[in-house]
Formats: sequence, structure tokens, C-alpha cells
Amino acid sequence: MQTKEPIISFRKFSFQYYSQKEPTLLDVDLDIYPGEKILIVGPSGSGKSTLAHCINGLIPYAYRGTITGTLTVDGKTPDKSSLFERSKKVGTVLQDSDGQFVGLTVGEDIAFSLENDLVAQKPMKDTVQRVADMVGMGTHLSSSPFELSGGQKQRTALAGVMVDDVDVLLFDEPLANLDPLTGKTAIDLIDRIYREYKKTVIIIEHRMEDVLYRHVDRVVVVSEGRIVSDSSPDELVSSDILTGLGNREPLYVTALKYAGVPLTPALRPGYIDTLDIGQVKAPLQRWYAAQPPHPEKPLGEVILSVRDLSFSYTAKRRILKNISFDIRRGEMVSIVGTNGAGKSTLAKVICGFVHEDEGDILYEGQSIKAWTIKERSLKIGYVMQNPNQMISKPMIFDEVALGLRIRHMDESQVRQKVEQALKICGLYPMRNWPVSALSFGQKKRVTIASMLVMDPQILILDEPTAGQDYRHYTDIMEFLRGLNRQGITILMITHDMHLMLEYTPHAIVISGGEKIGDASAVSVLTDETMAERANLKLTSLYALAQKAELPDPQTFVRQFIDYEEARRRES
Amino acid sequence: MKAKLFDYIEKDNFVFNLSGMTKLLCFLILTFTVMYSYDARVILVILVFSFWVLHLSEIRFSQIKIMLYYVLVFIAINFVLTFLFSPQYGVELYGSKHELFSLTARYTVTQEQLLYQLTKVLKYLSVIPLGMMFLLTTNPSEFAASLSSIGVSYKAAFAVSLTLRYFPDMIRDYNDIALAQQARGLDLSKKERLGTRLKNIMNIFVPLIFSSLDRVEVISNAMDLRGFGKHKKRTWYAFKPLVKNDVLALILCGLIVLGALCVAFFIDHGRYYNPFAT
Repeated sequence: MQTKEPIISFRKFSFQYYSQKEPTLLDVDLDIYPGEKILIVGPSGSGKSTLAHCINGLIPYAYRGTITGTLTVDGKTPDKSSLFERSKKVGTVLQDSDGQFVGLTVGEDIAFSLENDLVAQKPMKDTVQRVADMVGMGTHLSSSPFELSGGQKQRTALAGVMVDDVDVLLFDEPLANLDPLTGKTAIDLIDRIYREYKKTVIIIEHRMEDVLYRHVDRVVVVSEGRIVSDSSPDELVSSDILTGLGNREPLYVTALKYAGVPLTPALRPGYIDTLDIGQVKAPLQRWYAAQPPHPEKPLGEVILSVRDLSFSYTAKRRILKNISFDIRRGEMVSIVGTNGAGKSTLAKVICGFVHEDEGDILYEGQSIKAWTIKERSLKIGYVMQNPNQMISKPMIFDEVALGLRIRHMDESQVRQKVEQALKICGLYPMRNWPVSALSFGQKKRVTIASMLVMDPQILILDEPTAGQDYRHYTDIMEFLRGLNRQGITILMITHDMHLMLEYTPHAIVISGGEKIGDASAVSVLTDETMAERANLKLTSLYALAQKAELPDPQTFVRQFIDYEEARRRES
Repeated sequence: MKAKLFDYIEKDNFVFNLSGMTKLLCFLILTFTVMYSYDARVILVILVFSFWVLHLSEIRFSQIKIMLYYVLVFIAINFVLTFLFSPQYGVELYGSKHELFSLTARYTVTQEQLLYQLTKVLKYLSVIPLGMMFLLTTNPSEFAASLSSIGVSYKAAFAVSLTLRYFPDMIRDYNDIALAQQARGLDLSKKERLGTRLKNIMNIFVPLIFSSLDRVEVISNAMDLRGFGKHKKRTWYAFKPLVKNDVLALILCGLIVLGALCVAFFIDHGRYYNPFAT
């Protein structure tokens, strides 16, 4: 492979956006050879998206800045006019699979690039059909994006760049909007395209464990604009580079470290399938035997009770069917399930945004059926996924105060309450800042603070950590855990299995509008049939425990979570 | 939950199977004819023709009901206002005055005025079914292609397509944001005073605009990366090529224009039909 010319080559490459004070990329040296499969990881703001923009030509076409050093793609140095030429070489699948869907139907979206190339209609239709078949969308050509799942939209986007017969496929966070099982399918598909059509594949993603479900040649780690590691997965997980940078290593790797296994590339720890289990079995079994029993926490009284709830938008399709469950005071609960399973609808019914057809909702034993949205919001706060969709005031203080001012609360009381909420959320020093100066995670906190001022007993959060890297994820989740310790009951709608496992002892699983599981997160994620029905994936800890022939894999997973929590509390 | 701009229901008949370009051209040609001619007889012919085509297209009444009511109200208001502001325009136009009855000195109803105003009503009535038909029988995917094929810049034409694509998303976002704001105590119902309600609606538009701006960047990147704007022209996946029926339809419309022009030149000697001339 080394005898070939690299298809992409960075040499002492630096880039600084005109709007930034510091360079976003610094002294990057990176060669990517034809036919390689590369994973680029790094926390948000590390420069990995900028690296992608350089490769696909959006820099310098759409984003302006200063470039030093050289970058060649297929032997050519890009300039402002070469984006179109570049798009024939490098096909990019963006993160937002809905936003990048520009056609009114699948066929039109796939054809988009051909249309711009003045391809005649007959050959265009043939190409579209052929490429759609490659990604398994051949029978959906006339579907509109509203009829498609996230995974199908992503396949359409992939087909849309493959019509150009590009050499390089660049995936920008392909897993961000997919549920775990669909994500797994996506990684399989990328791998199949890579093998069958001999493409060079570059995947940018911070969910490393999920990408390493299939082989990659090299993992490149980016941090603060520099490339800090460029090695095989085996070498990378054997080193401490990832943990030092706020990236998440695969869970089974963490477990091996807890068990005191010295990791070396010789153990082949890059993928769980290649791991030399013979050498790690004994330490794992010793660790398993040495763990204390799971501490039983006392349960609070029932605060929210859902009884035989059914709901439908139209007479034809029932979204929720006879759902019942109890939430106890002080719990942290995750609501999981496939896209469109009815999770968000369930939250909407609880908040009173839409009304149930049958069933009842009890708050502290009292029916809240007759309560208005406004009345329910005093007890149950609802935080949307995208903070930009919630924030309507330019200043942080006013935004948080909005709910109180609408209720005509006395201004001195407003000030006191808002300041208290801002302190809890760690935003007090920024109280007089404009919202626009905040990061995504901080905006999320603003939206949570604006709920907290109303003293709700329950918070419902829709995908609180979507699109966040490990460090921001930990920030948000630790913050929520802190709120939880202060007595607020927290319900989260999520796809993130790590979140489920590590933060929510109780999980409710919804599939096709029905409740199919209501148990501890550990047992849900170690139950094959349930995980499959809800588009979840078994945790790699479970696979590890099985391979090491531990007496009870489920106990092992619970031990791991307890151990982690104890460690976190110490630090 | 699908909020689309309007419902397109696919059917298999002569009108549906025409290319969007044909339908747009016929609509424009006939609109021109109707706007040009003030001969009620000619317009009546076109009126009958357009209702016949509407019948052919098998559009259900329920699909156009609301639109139709708006149009009828508009026509009625227009009829009254025309009389209020220029009650003697018909007299000026036709150069004679046949009084029917008199309300006041200014508002005297004449045959001339009545003919003029009825002609105008006929004009609206004959064009509107054609416009609705173009909208309802053309696959939304074809709009952009049809616009571009009659000479509209493809970037402008594609903007129409993008509007159709993202409008439902905007509606969904709007609804989500509205709910979240209501949860914070914002009252959007009729219980609240109009002024407060308007202010509250503003609280929804601010986040809507900001979250839409996020999306614009993604869309424009996605389009750039796939070569939008590379050439002066582009082809269209959804364009329906012209077939025999399209040519037939275009010839038919051409004949109608020609007929109308002939009537104007040889019979009316101008745009107006004047039964009062002696």
C-alpha cells in the first residue's frame, strides 16, 4: 500500500477561519491512500469537521480563511473554483440526513448531482435506479422524505454522492441521528460499499465503539487542531490517548482496564471480535468475584402514574396503545425505542400538548386529565432536543424569567428565582450575557434553567445529549444527575445506550406504540429479544462477559456501572 | 401530521398525464387570451372549455371547495367595488347609455356597465379553474422543471421546489415551538387579548427563524457539494417529456387564441364587443 501515491495528503497544513482568533487546524500532516478506511475521532471543536471541510472542498469555497502548508487531493491543490471538480472525487454524506435531503422524492434527491451535470433524462433515470439498488433504496424512488426513516434518508444521501462514481466517500458523523440498531446497519452498509466498490472511506465520528463494529485500517485522533495519534485500533485502545482527551473508549476496553488487564496490541483489543479472550479471562473472573453486591436503593413513592394510555392522531393509526407505568419520586428514567415508536408522543401526552383517547395520568395520585398545558408545566417541565427551538429572548436573564413574567410574578421575586436557577445551572456568572454567546451545551442549560424557575417536580428531556461529544455529554449528564440528587425526578427520551446504562437505573421500552419493557437499564440492554424489538444493541460489556464465561453477564454489567459510579464519586 | 402546502393526488387521465410544461403554457396562453379579449362571447367559449377540462381532470369538488369560496367572495367584492368607484365606466367604454334604473344621480345602472362588469366576472371564472387545475394535477416535483422549461431561471425555479420540500418541516417546527412556549405559560388561545396574542406569537417566530437559519447552512452546503450552480442550465429528473397529447393540447389552445384574435380583428375591430353600436 505504501508504494501508491496518497489520494489525500496534508503537509504542514494550517487553517484559520477569518472569524476566529486562533487557527482551527495546526501543522496537520496526514496521508490517506486509495482503498483505505479511516476513522477520524476527536471532541467537538477539535477541528475534525474543519478537516472534513478541507477534504471535500467547502474550505475554501464556502468558508473563508487563511491556509498555510499544502493539501493535495488526487494530486491537485484546491482553490476557490475547484469545489465542483472536487465533488467528482470526494462524495460527502452530511450529518443532518433530513436537512441535506433537497429533493421532493428519493429519486430526485439521488439525481440532484446528475441534474446539475446536464445528464439527459434517460441515462439519469438508469443511473439513479442502479445506485439506489446498491444502497437498498431501489423500491422507494417515489417516496417523499416524510415517509422515510432516518436510516433510509441516510442511504438516499449516500446514493446521491455515489451517482458521481467518486473515489472517496466522506461521512460526517453518520451515527448522530440514528438509533443504535440502525447505526449498526449503517456501519455494515458503509463496510459493504467499501469492499464491493473499492472506495476510500473516511468516517468522522466520536462514537468510536459503534464504528469499530467493523474493520477500519487506521484511527486518526484530532485534538485542539492537531493530529495527536494515527494508528491501528489495536494500538490506539492499548494506549491512554483517548481517555486523556475526553474521548470515549469502547466500554469493554474500559472494563478490561478496571480488571487490571495491561492492554497491548498483541491482545488485539481494537475490536471485541478479535480480542484474545484467553489472556483476559482470568483477570476478568477475578475482578467479577471481588465486586461488592449491588447496593439496593430505597424507592420513593409513586409521583407519576400512567394508566392504560392510548392515543392516535388519526383514526387509522394508533400511536400509543394501552401504556401503563409508574415513576417514583427521585428516579432517573430513560424512555427508549425506535424512531416513531411513540416516545415523543408519550411525552407530549404527559405534558398535555395532545390529549389521550383513553386512559389516565395521575400526578401524586390525582388525575391531571383536566389540567391545561400551563397548569401541568408547573409540575412537569419539558425540555426540547434543540435549544434553539426553545429560546425566544436575546438575553439569558430574560429568557429564564419568561415563564415567571408571563405569570405576572413580582419582579423582585422573579430576580431571586432566576438567579437561583442560574446558580444551579452554573450560568450565574453569565446572567447578563446574550444567549448568542453561549455554546450548545450552555444553551441547553438555559432551557433547563427556564424550566427550573417554575419549580417542577419532574423534568422530561428529549434527547438531552444528541450530537454531543463525550465531554459535553458527561457535563450535561452529571448536571442532570446533580438535579436529580436535589430531588427532581427526571425522564429522558434517548437513543444513547451509554446514557441509559450509566445514568438511568430504570428504563421503559416502547416499540410500535406498546410498552414492551419496564425494568432496569442493565436488564434491558442484556436482553436479546427486547433489544432487537426496540432497535437497541446489546452492550459490548455483555458480549465481553459472555466471551469470558462469567457466571452471570447481567451481574457483570451492573458491577461495571456500580464500579464506575463509585470511581466518579471519589474523583 | 403531514402538513403539505396542498394535496397532490395522482390520477390517470388525459389532464394528469400532460406534462407540467404543457399545462403551464396552456394556462398562460389562455390567461393572456382572456385578459386581452372583452368579448363576452369569446370568453364564454373559453369558460365552457375550462370547465369541461376541469371535468376531464376528475378533481373532486372537496379538493377545491375552500379555494372556490375564497374566489367567489373575491369576485363578489370586486363586482361591488367596481360599481362603487366607477359606475359609469361602461358608458365611457361603449360610448352609449342605456339606463336600466337609477339609485342616485351618480349610481345609475346602465346596460353598458352591466355588460362590462359581467364580462369581467366571466374572465375571472374562466381563468381560475385552469389555474387550480395546473396546481392540482401537476406533480409538485414537476413544478420546478415546468417553470424552468418556459424560461424561468433554474435557480428561481428550484427555489419553488425547495419551498415545497421544507414548508412541512417549518410547520412541524412551528408546532413544536408553539407547544414548548405554551408549556411555559404563553397563551395563544382566543382567551388572550389580540395584542398579547400577537406578542406571544412573536415569541415563537424568533426561535423558528434561528432554527431555520441553522438549516439553511446545511441545505446550501449539501447543494454546493453536489454541484448546484455549476452550469448555466440543468436537466430535471422529474421533467415529463412532451408526447402526442401534449402537442394536441397545445394546438387546441393555440387555435382558441387564434380564434379569439380573429374575432377581435375581423368582427369586433378591437378588444371590445359592442352590441350597443348602431
